[in-house]
Amino acid sequence: MKKIIYSLLFTFLLGNSIIAQQTPADKQTADYSIEGATAHLGNGEVIENSLIMFSEGKIVFAGSANAKIARRGTVINAKGKHVYPGFIAANASLGLVEIDAVKASDDEDEIGTNNPHIRSLIAYNAESKVVESMRPNGVLMAQITPRGGLISGTSSIVQLDAWNWEDAAIKVDDAIHMNWPGSLSSGRRRFGGDGTLKPDPNYPKSIAGIKTYFSNAKTYLAGNAEKKHLPYEATKGLFDGTQKLFIHVNGQKEITDAITISKELGIEKVVIVKGGDADKVADLLVKYNIPIILERPHRNPSSEDDAYDSTYTIAKILTEKGITVGLGMEGSMERMNTRNLPFYAGTFAAHGLEKEEALKLLTFNNAKILGIDDFAGTLEVGKDATLFISEGDALDMRTNIISNAFIQGRKISLETHQTKLWKRYSNKYKTK
Amino acid sequence: MRKLLFFFSLFVAFSMHSQDYFPTDSGVKTTENTTFAFTNATIYVTHNKVVKKGTLLIKDGKVLSIGKSVKIPSGTKTIDLSGKTIYPSFIEIYSDFGLANSNRQGGQAGFRSRTRQYEATREGYYWNDHIRPETNPISDFKFDSKKAKDLINAGFGVVNTHLNDGIVQGNGLLIALNPNSSDAYRILDTKSAQYLSFNKSSKSNQAYPSSRMGAMALLRQVYNDADWYAKGNMKNKDLSLEAFNANKNLHQIFETSNVLDALRADKVGDEFGVQYTIVGSGKEFERINDIKATNANFIIPINFSAAFDVSNPLLTEHISLGDMRRWNQEPTNLSVLSKNGINFALTTHTLKSINAFHKNIQKAIKYGFDKEKALEALTTIPANILGNSSIGNLNTGSYANFIITSGDVFDPKTTIHENWVQGDKNVINDMNIKDITGDYMLTVNDENYDLSITGKGAKQSGSIKKDGKKVNAKFSFADDWVTITLNEEDKYTRMLGKVINASNVMQGDAFDTKGDKTSWSASKKVAATETKGKPAKKGGKKEKVLTVVPVSYPNIGFGNYTQPKTQTILVKNVTVWTSEDEGILENTDVLLKNGKITKIGKGLSAGGATVIDGTGKHLTAGIIDEHSHIAASSINEGAQNSSAEVTIEDVVDPNDINIYRNISGGTTTSQILHGSANPIGGRSAIIKLKWGENAEEMIYDNSPKFIKFALGENVKQSRSTNGTRFPQTRMGVEQVFIDYFTRAEEYDALKKSGKPYRKDAEMETLAEIINSERYISCHSYVQSEINMLMKVAEKFGFTINTFTHILEGYKVADKMKEHGVGGSTFSDWWAYKYEVNDAIPYNAAIMHDAGVTVAINSDDREMSRRLNQEAAKTVKYGGMTELEAWKMVTINPAKLLHIDDRVGSIKVGKDADVVLWSDHPMSIYAKVEKTIIEGKVFFDRNEDIKKREAIKEERSKLINMMLQEKIGGAKTQTPRKRIDIDFHCDTEI
Repeated sequence: MKKIIYSLLFTFLLGNSIIAQQTPADKQTADYSIEGATAHLGNGEVIENSLIMFSEGKIVFAGSANAKIARRGTVINAKGKHVYPGFIAANASLGLVEIDAVKASDDEDEIGTNNPHIRSLIAYNAESKVVESMRPNGVLMAQITPRGGLISGTSSIVQLDAWNWEDAAIKVDDAIHMNWPGSLSSGRRRFGGDGTLKPDPNYPKSIAGIKTYFSNAKTYLAGNAEKKHLPYEATKGLFDGTQKLFIHVNGQKEITDAITISKELGIEKVVIVKGGDADKVADLLVKYNIPIILERPHRNPSSEDDAYDSTYTIAKILTEKGITVGLGMEGSMERMNTRNLPFYAGTFAAHGLEKEEALKLLTFNNAKILGIDDFAGTLEVGKDATLFISEGDALDMRTNIISNAFIQGRKISLETHQTKLWKRYSNKYKTK
Repeated sequence: MRKLLFFFSLFVAFSMHSQDYFPTDSGVKTTENTTFAFTNATIYVTHNKVVKKGTLLIKDGKVLSIGKSVKIPSGTKTIDLSGKTIYPSFIEIYSDFGLANSNRQGGQAGFRSRTRQYEATREGYYWNDHIRPETNPISDFKFDSKKAKDLINAGFGVVNTHLNDGIVQGNGLLIALNPNSSDAYRILDTKSAQYLSFNKSSKSNQAYPSSRMGAMALLRQVYNDADWYAKGNMKNKDLSLEAFNANKNLHQIFETSNVLDALRADKVGDEFGVQYTIVGSGKEFERINDIKATNANFIIPINFSAAFDVSNPLLTEHISLGDMRRWNQEPTNLSVLSKNGINFALTTHTLKSINAFHKNIQKAIKYGFDKEKALEALTTIPANILGNSSIGNLNTGSYANFIITSGDVFDPKTTIHENWVQGDKNVINDMNIKDITGDYMLTVNDENYDLSITGKGAKQSGSIKKDGKKVNAKFSFADDWVTITLNEEDKYTRMLGKVINASNVMQGDAFDTKGDKTSWSASKKVAATETKGKPAKKGGKKEKVLTVVPVSYPNIGFGNYTQPKTQTILVKNVTVWTSEDEGILENTDVLLKNGKITKIGKGLSAGGATVIDGTGKHLTAGIIDEHSHIAASSINEGAQNSSAEVTIEDVVDPNDINIYRNISGGTTTSQILHGSANPIGGRSAIIKLKWGENAEEMIYDNSPKFIKFALGENVKQSRSTNGTRFPQTRMGVEQVFIDYFTRAEEYDALKKSGKPYRKDAEMETLAEIINSERYISCHSYVQSEINMLMKVAEKFGFTINTFTHILEGYKVADKMKEHGVGGSTFSDWWAYKYEVNDAIPYNAAIMHDAGVTVAINSDDREMSRRLNQEAAKTVKYGGMTELEAWKMVTINPAKLLHIDDRVGSIKVGKDADVVLWSDHPMSIYAKVEKTIIEGKVFFDRNEDIKKREAIKEERSKLINMMLQEKIGGAKTQTPRKRIDIDFHCDTEI
């Protein structure tokens, strides 16, 4: 209670000259111990009555509170609460657009078809009001992904409490993203189309174009071209295995083409993103050991005959096949809805996926797919102390109420533009 | 060439149809007035009156006499038709014959300019360019000889044509298909009917109406205005209204392209005492009871879709079961219509090629359509619809329009020989051509060949073999002359000869490669050949009658074959969320009876009720969505800044799969709101999601009256690129309201004064608002505009009922409370446009705490199937109690919609609209087990699983049928996926 009064007071002191964004927390100097909570490690394991300790940004203990071990630093009593690794938003575009409909605030989609050299990181607005609104829901890291074009560009992974993009980066230029062409096309209704999708006669041409592009890039990279070709240069990591190719694709035919063609081209690490029909070609994903970043289940089934819950059950189907399944956020109102990722995972859990498996989508699995599992994604000794405490089940909106969150051991503010307005106006009516 | 000459001579012989009083400068004046007698024929005088071995006597293009014993006057040309049948020529009742080209002139058919045009382009006519009753197509008419020939060959004698352009299209022309005559005789009627449709004219870019409901409202206004004009109340000249009034007594033919539109057209007509004849879609079987209830005459296109090419399984997955079914069920349409006693004529107007006409009728007959009905639908009924008794029959005095056939006109083996129109002969398949089919021994150059001739009439063709091996040869037969060219290893022999029928011999001259002439002959082999003469080769292409799958309601996957019935249900031992002061009742029983909640208590006796064990489960009132756009064919009529005249009730679409998906998430009532394209939007439809029922049944009885208003970025066209209309600022928005309400006050005062007034649907609606008879639900975002609208309302003495979205409601919650308005908001949406910059998820909680009635709405067909989760977010954001949070999707929206006396809580006496949940209803892990509306189980989790299985099974069944079709050689179409429009506030139709 005292805390609340303090924070209210704090808001008052700032008065109307609100600084829109939260001040990033300083580097962890004092240690923390979180005791008594149910710890969801993110790798499927749960420790009841747990003890999590971290120091200098790293987890130094993750085990039972029954352990006879000295508590370090500030002890947070979290009895009855839950501790989670910070959630990772894959395939997100946070900080690239502030307000969807305001063009001047939009930096997500560069012109041109093949833009592997376009880098999202440098446009990432660490001070976005949308970014700070992620944290009270447990989303603490994100893969910032450019949109548009055939090859959209190169993503980087950030943590969500930083002064600037450079400080925010936790993995630079991790992957190149491409949008696989669709094999169906429509005449636009208003211009004489009949409102149906039919096989696109240009699809084979588009596919041939992709093959040509990447094989030309490969040839270029193998030789000593006199003049630099920036886009080709940017694809280097795909061929030497240091970068992954994230292919955003939905249909069965398209997923099959995307996988077989990227294999043909010698691109080693491929991730399927969205994968609306991936359940139907799951065996192919298994065969090539390809992970998938699903999109939100809160969307309509793609065809009339699909079961109402078809978008809810896909995670279970793919997980049971042994595929590494992550969860991302792309499409309508994607930035503001990124904070709902925990509830998307919860929806998968409601529809067949075991709860800790569902949690893995946003933690262990996403970390693994993004290639940051050596320092993030689980509550394990040696990893970043990026974690949060929730009053209850963090995958359920009813109980996802977060009291504390840490990024690299730094205790971050859970205030936002929105909480400030909440307090300001709640108070307006109270004082009346 | 010979053929051409023949045709030409025929043409000359019959082209003497200049008017009597015209001067002649090409020779002496001749008048063609031969009397013809057709004897010994089977004659269909009408579709159900047949004279066997009868005589038809015609003169001057009319039937002189008909019957078994007709006296043939001297000087009559008698034609013996033994074995032949005479039918009245068919009537093509719906066509753009001779006018098809004028449709494309001047307009931008199929292409709309990017810039919106708000004003009409014409002066002296109606204010809307799409109302064109003054169109008199005679000036554009050009007899289309090519199309005429096609129609004649198919058996048609008369075509009823019009200019298919606009909502009111003007009158039509009845034309005799007599290519040998002149328009002076061919034009039977220049005002055969008045035509209407829901489609805009291609001749104008005027934006209004941009939606189906706009077209309906416009049409209603035309009726009102025409009446006002007829009474002499208008000061100006309006040529459109004059013409509309002049056309009032014509038959009114309304074109539609789907079943829902047919019902909508009928509804508008009924309101003004006009019974339209409705041009249907061929899919009437999908809602046959509703079609029957219109009592309308129909004009049904005889067109069937081809099977999909399902050989590629991936592409096949994109075809919905509904589309597959339609292919399978369509051929039964005519039979279903006729078994339901619906009066209908047939039309070929949607056929790409008229060649398919007979094939399609034959198909319909195979699927149970009665032949006599078919004939009636092509003759008597169209004649009746047009009110013309001298066509479509061969009664004395009627036009001599008839066809001569070799037999039953609907039998695939039958040949139509001649089609006489207005007493002029058109030869289709010459019945006088000798039948030379059979096997012959052909002798030329001392060599013997086997010649086999098959086929009918002019299409008889021959093939030649030597010693059982096929020889390269060309054969033709015309005007009794046989031409044969033999090609044996590039040695040519040309033969020309005549048939000498009596001796079954043909003979003539032959020329060899060198040009030397010899003779050839062929003589028919007797006997034994007869059976060999009819090879059953065509069997391969023969169409099978397929199993027809049953129709469901709606006719798509997950549709109901039988509608759920009201049951007596006792839910036992369940946790009841009452949404009332009682709060949550543990281990309680709830009895549903006669569609109502009749008892709530512990240990209730079941009686005869179906018992549902609710142990560990939760029972709540059905969720109510204050702001939805599902189940509608259009959402915005945005082509004017006010569209109070339109109503979503006109365009409720009961076939939307989202209805089913919403009940799968526990939603039972939705307010289908107009979009937010304009400050004054359209009226709402408040519906219960009774999946499978029709639009009227879904709309609430005695529904509270609502209208959508909108403020902010959408109405000021902030992001629009197509044109500029007032208002462009929030300042202008206020003036729009003040202007309209001022005019509505004046209108209402005039109306109440008893003086004559021009009935205006828009003003009627606005007057209802001022008189507090209609509630406003206003799309709103920022505090300034919210405050403004409350002040405008106060100025005109009424209260705003609901602010919907109301994302800055928390900034003016005290003012809202004072005004008495409720708020229906999103749980957590923001950042998608500038005006939601300050939208916060704590909004609901703050407004609630300030005493405002708050609901959580969807405005999104996906969110509307999980509003329980959105309610739960108010617990997270702002700390609402769970009880209050749950009220935000049940009793609170019911209060805002003024239906809280019927629904919204579990209370004795209310409608039995309840949902059984597997878990705490606001938990993300909760799943709907049953959704019950008025005591009927519309969603059941177990039944849903069965439906999925049934869909899979039926799909494979239909796919197999389509594969058979393809292998059988039938035409197929490329698979396609229907794009369903995701309607939301900004959708432009």
